[in-house]
Amino acid sequence: MSDQRPAPRVGLFVTCLVDVFRPTVGFAAVKLLEDAGCTVEVPSAQTCCGQPAFNSGDRKTAADLARNTIAAFEGFDYVVVPSGSCGGQIKHHYKELLADDPAWAARAHHLSARTYELVSFLADVLGVTNVEARYDGTVTYHDSCSGLRELGIKEQPRRLLNSVDGLTINELPGAEVCCGFGGTFCVKYPDISNHMVEAKIADITKTGADTLLAGDMGCLLNMAGKLKREGSPIRVRHVAEVLAGVTDEAPPIGDKT
Amino acid sequence: MHPTTHAFPENARKALSDERLQKVLSTAGTGFVEKRRKAAERLPEFEALRDQGRDLKNHVLANLDTYLEAFEAKVTEQGGHVHWCRTDQEARDAILGICRKANARTVTKGKSMIAEEIGINDYLEANGLIPIETDLGEYIIQLRHEPPSHIIAPAIHLSKEDVAETFRDAHTELPRDRLLDEPKVLIAEARQVLRRKFQEAEVGITGANLMIAETGSTIIVTNEGNGDLTQILPRIHVVIATIDKVVPTLEDATLVLRLLARSATGQEASAYTTVSTGPKRPGDVDGPEEFHVVLLDNGRSALLGTEFQDVLRCIRCGACMNHCPVYGSVGGHAYGWVYPGPIGSVMQPALLGVKEAGHLPNASTFCGRCEAVCPMRIPLPKMMRHWREKEFEQGLQPATMRRGLGVWGWFARRPALYHAATRMAVKALGALGRGKGRFARLPLAEGWTRHRDMPAPEGKTFQQQWAERKGKR
Amino acid sequence: MADTSSARAQILGGIRKALGSADGADEARRRLATHPRNLVPARAQIPHADQVELFATMATEVAATVERLPSLDEVPRAVAEYLAGLNLPAEIRVAPDPKLDAVPWDQRPTLTVTRGRARDPDAISVTGAFAAVAETGTLMLISGPEHPTTLNFMPDTHIVVLKRGEVVGTYEDAWDRLRAAMPGAMPRTVNLITGPSRTGDIEQRIELGAHGPRRLHILLIEDDAG
Repeated sequence: MSDQRPAPRVGLFVTCLVDVFRPTVGFAAVKLLEDAGCTVEVPSAQTCCGQPAFNSGDRKTAADLARNTIAAFEGFDYVVVPSGSCGGQIKHHYKELLADDPAWAARAHHLSARTYELVSFLADVLGVTNVEARYDGTVTYHDSCSGLRELGIKEQPRRLLNSVDGLTINELPGAEVCCGFGGTFCVKYPDISNHMVEAKIADITKTGADTLLAGDMGCLLNMAGKLKREGSPIRVRHVAEVLAGVTDEAPPIGDKT
Repeated sequence: MHPTTHAFPENARKALSDERLQKVLSTAGTGFVEKRRKAAERLPEFEALRDQGRDLKNHVLANLDTYLEAFEAKVTEQGGHVHWCRTDQEARDAILGICRKANARTVTKGKSMIAEEIGINDYLEANGLIPIETDLGEYIIQLRHEPPSHIIAPAIHLSKEDVAETFRDAHTELPRDRLLDEPKVLIAEARQVLRRKFQEAEVGITGANLMIAETGSTIIVTNEGNGDLTQILPRIHVVIATIDKVVPTLEDATLVLRLLARSATGQEASAYTTVSTGPKRPGDVDGPEEFHVVLLDNGRSALLGTEFQDVLRCIRCGACMNHCPVYGSVGGHAYGWVYPGPIGSVMQPALLGVKEAGHLPNASTFCGRCEAVCPMRIPLPKMMRHWREKEFEQGLQPATMRRGLGVWGWFARRPALYHAATRMAVKALGALGRGKGRFARLPLAEGWTRHRDMPAPEGKTFQQQWAERKGKR
Repeated sequence: MADTSSARAQILGGIRKALGSADGADEARRRLATHPRNLVPARAQIPHADQVELFATMATEVAATVERLPSLDEVPRAVAEYLAGLNLPAEIRVAPDPKLDAVPWDQRPTLTVTRGRARDPDAISVTGAFAAVAETGTLMLISGPEHPTTLNFMPDTHIVVLKRGEVVGTYEDAWDRLRAAMPGAMPRTVNLITGPSRTGDIEQRIELGAHGPRRLHILLIEDDAG
């Protein structure tokens, strides 16, 4: 970042799952953004991006929540989301949801243009090439579906992880295959979801990595929940925790305090 | 075929506990994926061809009436017949009528999803005819009285031992104790048995991968050659196809063909692409004497101009299911009718109604892999979501889910209350779960905790901590 | 035949209603008349000599076999040796194709040659080809009194005599050739054949010779004269 330019004002969209289950990820995101020269604010008027309603066929609730998010984040240079799934919802689906609402369609487009998933924002927009962090371990990385296919996040996290001292990446075979979370899918069709996550953790275990990373809390809760149920010692973390170097501040997902 | 789509969860559970099916699915899945990837990589223009394929089909759908009329005119000009059918029943009757007029007894069949859709085999059988599937996979499952489990690999769920057993039971004219240990032997036996059937048959029915308006031709794409024997040996060739299969010209058919085999099997081209135009010509020493096209709508035209129109771009390659993790988990039978996988999750609600088929568009994680590989770039997840919207509008979703989402939506619209509620919930859960870091059982979350633990929240919400921190700053 | 005209009217009417105004019709008719090319892969848009090589490579890749011969005169010897090498009977069913009239079959009296459409016991057929598409190693055979389609499918072994000049680069080139040969008409059957018959229907293992020929042997004649 050039010192001449004013610091970008970033609104952090926390996401429900980070807010509720894993605040550590939110603080890691704040640290990464601040280290990269941004000023970060967290509007308290935000709630949920509306994806659960959208994907359940309830367009009205989804559109209401989209309007709420749009209003809460107007005025920021960027909106950054530590999740490809919620990020994709804001970036791609708000436009679709509000296309027929003349008062909101333009605002949805405006928000879309400024919204980024955290790691792609760091790498693609801010041009961050390395982070100041240390993690002694061998990690493997699962590409969460929405981040990968809606937002094109693939190389960015790997590039940044490679700059973490002490860290080795073992690539995950089938990294692009869904882990079986799928929002309400995992509770509506638990047996199919279980079959998918079983296959996923078998692949994870085969890599020999001691740590599993991904960029979406939904997938992480699913995979951590399955690994822990099976008694696996593999540690599970959001990629932002490792990149921010805050892994000392919270135990891995699903592990003891 | 009677749909069991409403029983998808039970079908799926059965499939998940079927060890042999699971073994086949796990090897089959990766095979198709790798082959398609390699074929796509080898053709630098592949992605651009997908764009053109999408645009071509959009153009066709926008001018469907013109192209269908042009197709019909050309078929007729060359001595063929077009039978327009609104419904599956009309199509069955049209085909039965052709068979009756020909005094047919045996009818050979090439592989056709539309034939499955209209249930032609059962109908012909009920009317005293003998329909015989000739695609090897279809033949095997016909002998077993099963529906196909995959669009392009109908018997993918069976092992060679299953097939050997099926042949022993069916080909009773052969010695029972013959050796049937290798696919090669099984294939040779089927070839021999079916060759006789081709010659007995008076009528041969094939599907059509494409119809060409410019020439009045239909195209089938196969690897075995059964579709060819089906149309050149019997006296009458009947093509059953739906209206969405028409393309303007040979050049346009070529565009689709460049995408089809690569997406389906990863082949550069299937072994046999056959363009059939009318009956045999004066002087021809082989080929059918009559050529009929049964042109079926069965709900397609009703999708035009709706949020589901794009599904009519489908060329039935099967790539969506080959890449689908749900299909890869449960296989095709669980979908309970003709079309499995993501394309089935969009088509079956259209054809059977959302009440019968509502599970299918819900049984998706929206991982998006189907859309990412669809040669026609059909936004399959988006259309599954549209079906969920129809279900929501009609109040068809389970009451507990509706209520849960309703309560959540009410809070989510009210940020202050929402943050207060999450603070309390997290505090309670955090206190409960902190000791172990996770829950093995949780009230209202049985769907989750049946198979996996639920990681415990950290104890305070991010918003709460952020507010505290800001207060300190 | 049942009257399907009311179904026709209703289907077309429904389509028109759903589509609204049909201003695209002129464009559609123009497309039918001019059959514009879509994107054509660069792979086969190469000099003819290279197209011939590409054809041979691609055909071999799909399990066809390709043997190059200097002229039609060599065909009887090549056929006889090919069959002997596989321990196959030297009885061939040859298409009544005038192009194959120039083949001096009688130079090989051990070959039993009959001509006409395929009959059930025929194990080996010999045909010409209308064209060959280099892009995918695909043969294009068209039906007609002189080219019975049964020869392409019923025998276990299909031998195709292909002249160098019959090789084109792309499918589009082949369609142009067909339109030039048969203006305004189509043969009853156009067979695009890419390798021998195959199936993967049992345990996804590819086996050759499912219903059509198990072997596809292409004799590529270098001399184009005649």
